[in-house]
Amino acid sequence: MRDIISSYDFSKSDFEEIFELADKFRNISPPKILKEKTVALAFFEPSTRTYLSFNKASINLGASVIGFSGEEGISVAKGENLADTIRMLNNYADIIVIRHKFDGAAKFASEVSEKPIINAGDGKHEHPTQTVIDLYTVYKNFGDIDNLTFGIMGDLRYARVVNSLLRGLTRFKPKLVYLISPPQLSARKEILEELNYPYKEVNDYNEVIEEVDVLYVTRIQKERFPDESEYEKVKESYIVDSTLVSKMKKDSIVLHALPRVNEISREVDKTPQAKYFEQASYAVPIRMAIFHKVIGE
Amino acid sequence: MEAVNKRELIVSKIKNGTVIDHIPAGRALAVLRILKITEGYRIALVMNVESKKMGKKDIVKIENKEVDEKEANLITLIAPTATINIIRDYEVVEKKKLKVPEVVKGLLKCTNLTCITNNDIEAVSEFRKISEKPLKMKCVYCDTVIDENEILKQILGSKS
Repeated sequence: MRDIISSYDFSKSDFEEIFELADKFRNISPPKILKEKTVALAFFEPSTRTYLSFNKASINLGASVIGFSGEEGISVAKGENLADTIRMLNNYADIIVIRHKFDGAAKFASEVSEKPIINAGDGKHEHPTQTVIDLYTVYKNFGDIDNLTFGIMGDLRYARVVNSLLRGLTRFKPKLVYLISPPQLSARKEILEELNYPYKEVNDYNEVIEEVDVLYVTRIQKERFPDESEYEKVKESYIVDSTLVSKMKKDSIVLHALPRVNEISREVDKTPQAKYFEQASYAVPIRMAIFHKVIGE
Repeated sequence: MEAVNKRELIVSKIKNGTVIDHIPAGRALAVLRILKITEGYRIALVMNVESKKMGKKDIVKIENKEVDEKEANLITLIAPTATINIIRDYEVVEKKKLKVPEVVKGLLKCTNLTCITNNDIEAVSEFRKISEKPLKMKCVYCDTVIDENEILKQILGSKS
């Protein structure tokens, strides 16, 4: 039993084992390892995809699911602090999946909780299970993660999926990672200082788009900006349209953790590079595999 | 010897306790703040006295309290030049070696406003050392890094 708070909680062999398990679960009915167990989905911040995929993954493994999504209607709205809510869930659940608007909330919850905590997104900090889905999609399309050129584009400062992906890639050997963003949204220095692979920061995607194997697009999230006027300046910095995709390598792929707003034009959906819906389809088998790792069976 | 005697006129020797010498001038009160010493101890403070090594320095004497390893290390955050002497029966029985602490809990505030430690009544800040020179510490909850300037600002600037 263990907690999943950061992408760093996965070793390379953990990633590989999860990929293998996910392959298996896509083809066969999984063993009900969570039978007679309860999974709590404590989503203090509203979510659709992540909540539903954890819910479905739990049900597929035979678990009972309790939980909530959004602060309204729960005691947090009455002023209850996170620690007390986690203590309460400890009495009812065997695993707690938490999403929270504050950075570090999952780690704090893991210190309070006797039950394993899975971080399903904490503020602008990390979203490690999304990274497993992202890397699995790369693996399914290229058969490998090493030696590929990545372009991570958009909001690299406030997007938690970016922090987790950059950290997850330290377990592999990417050829080069381009960090494509306007200067205001460049990746945080403290994250970059940890990276063990080559990366380059660029502002203009035209400089690098022809080299990229994996273009990872992020939504510029209004809710993460400390200042709304800053958001207005950068909200439509990069739009991926069919013209841009036509410049990409034939076997390259475009990923996005979804939901998108308008950073990827609908016309791109029909191009062979568009893999973001395929990526979303892996959420349930990957999260089932992660439950397996957490529960240790 | 004469200089020592002059200083002793200001602050007499202590029988048991701790003498913290070579504190950068003006930071003695911050040292007490770091040690969370407010009341209950007999304390002598000497500030802005001449020092051959430092030009000017502060000295703190605390009676009947022996500063431990953890507390000594915290002092490095604002007074890396400090020397700490443990006194028993008027004699120096131990000179503490200072090193920047690996972990600082509850003393520093995370500069990230959306860090859980700034938003939950039970979440206590915790920083881990990532480098000594230059001094940098990282929040274990949200990974925000604070540097020497920020640490000095927080400890020297805060009201006790």
